[in-house]
Amino acid sequence: MPGRKKRGQQTVVFDNPPVLTAWAAVVGPKEGEGPWGQDFDYVLDDYLYGEQTWELAEYKMLRETVKMALNKRNLLPEDVDLLLAGDLLNQIVASNFAARDLEIPFMGLYGACSTMAESLSLGAMLLDGDYYERVVAAACSHHYTAERQYRFPTQQGVQKAPSAQWTATAAGAVLLEASGSGPGLKGVTVGKVIDMGQTDANDMGSAMAAAAVHTIKTHLDDLNLESDYYDLIVSGDLGQVGSSIARQLFVRYGIIDPNYKDCGVLLYDQSQAVGSGGSGCGCSACMLCGPLLKKMQKGEIKRLLLVATGALMSPVTSFQGQSIPCIAHAVAIEMD
Amino acid sequence: MHTPEQKIKEIEKQEYEDLINQAKPKPNLARNMVWAFVVGGLICMLGQWMINLMLSRGISLADASSATSCILIFLAALFTGLGYYNELGQRAGAGSIVPITGFANAIVASALEYKREGYIFGVGARIFSVAGPTLVFGFVIAVLVGLIRVFLS
Repeated sequence: MPGRKKRGQQTVVFDNPPVLTAWAAVVGPKEGEGPWGQDFDYVLDDYLYGEQTWELAEYKMLRETVKMALNKRNLLPEDVDLLLAGDLLNQIVASNFAARDLEIPFMGLYGACSTMAESLSLGAMLLDGDYYERVVAAACSHHYTAERQYRFPTQQGVQKAPSAQWTATAAGAVLLEASGSGPGLKGVTVGKVIDMGQTDANDMGSAMAAAAVHTIKTHLDDLNLESDYYDLIVSGDLGQVGSSIARQLFVRYGIIDPNYKDCGVLLYDQSQAVGSGGSGCGCSACMLCGPLLKKMQKGEIKRLLLVATGALMSPVTSFQGQSIPCIAHAVAIEMD
Repeated sequence: MHTPEQKIKEIEKQEYEDLINQAKPKPNLARNMVWAFVVGGLICMLGQWMINLMLSRGISLADASSATSCILIFLAALFTGLGYYNELGQRAGAGSIVPITGFANAIVASALEYKREGYIFGVGARIFSVAGPTLVFGFVIAVLVGLIRVFLS
């Protein structure tokens, strides 16, 4: 028997939609120079953020982002029931270390770059299930920690493929509350892991496009929505290449003229030499917690579907010749 | 044997592959080749100029060659440390990887990168993380060529 709140194949809707009452985004220098620099709460002067290593900078970025979000509601970390966060580092250390400092009960998540949608989804379910009053959902990534973990030493003189993406240095945190004023989180569609046999780690957008479109299609079908129901359907980090493939897949699956954009394309200017676009947990997290929620607050966007996408491989599986399994979770955010 | 479901899945994957091959931007081969040729050529010219200079001052060819290699390696290491070599590599590709300077860059970049994990498990253990394959296969080929020479003579 399906759950009472489940709709269709993979979607749940909430009786009492949790509210996004506060949010914050911190980004690195390059992201600050992009088209949305004014919309973030804080732009780092340099990639070390006053720390000794990039890993420490990344965790500090996440910690400070959570604090900034709470500050906007005059809350302290001890007022929060649960922190759900994740990042790209091995053993998700950035989140673990941030949770250590914040002293909020914590569950660490790994959904690669889909983490922001994953943390929002779980947080919303826990709130609608009456387990908690306040949950913080957060995610972060750092260009140089990701680069050294997944690719080459950062000073290595290698040429990037034009389809390769630029891991964003960014963090985003949302305070979800059972009640309050702000955009409401109406429902979520939990994605399936989709693997189309792609093996090129320099072109993850293409691999992830299939997962993104599968989740979008399932979401619209499960809730019987028209493809233009949302003012904006925004994917996490498909980049130029991946989002052009997603557009072709929309046609194939009969999703007619959706208002579709991609965070990885939006985050940077064309001139910033980021290859196909941005990527990383922070990419969708900072776009949501910066410009997108700001636009919702101003009423420029009423209905938003955030479809954060993640490539679930590791350097080890790539070297072993395995294909890239991908996931996408959709979160429906609406302003009443 | 393949079940019909597996076959359909295979076809779907192939269709997806075709879709990607159409959409994926191709590297600009002509531009990349010109960059690689010019930058690689300039690095080699610089080396040749040093050798010629030293020869003209009466240094033997063997000594001049060794000294030139040392200077080029030093320069590559310096510019890696200053953060310029990877900028060059973005454009020049193989032009800055193939000369001896590329090898220096690979080692120094690794050393810099892993210094934060300490001198033993960081620098010491991982300094050849990128250059390692070159060393291993260089040694293997050297041994093979040596053996061939032994058998031929």
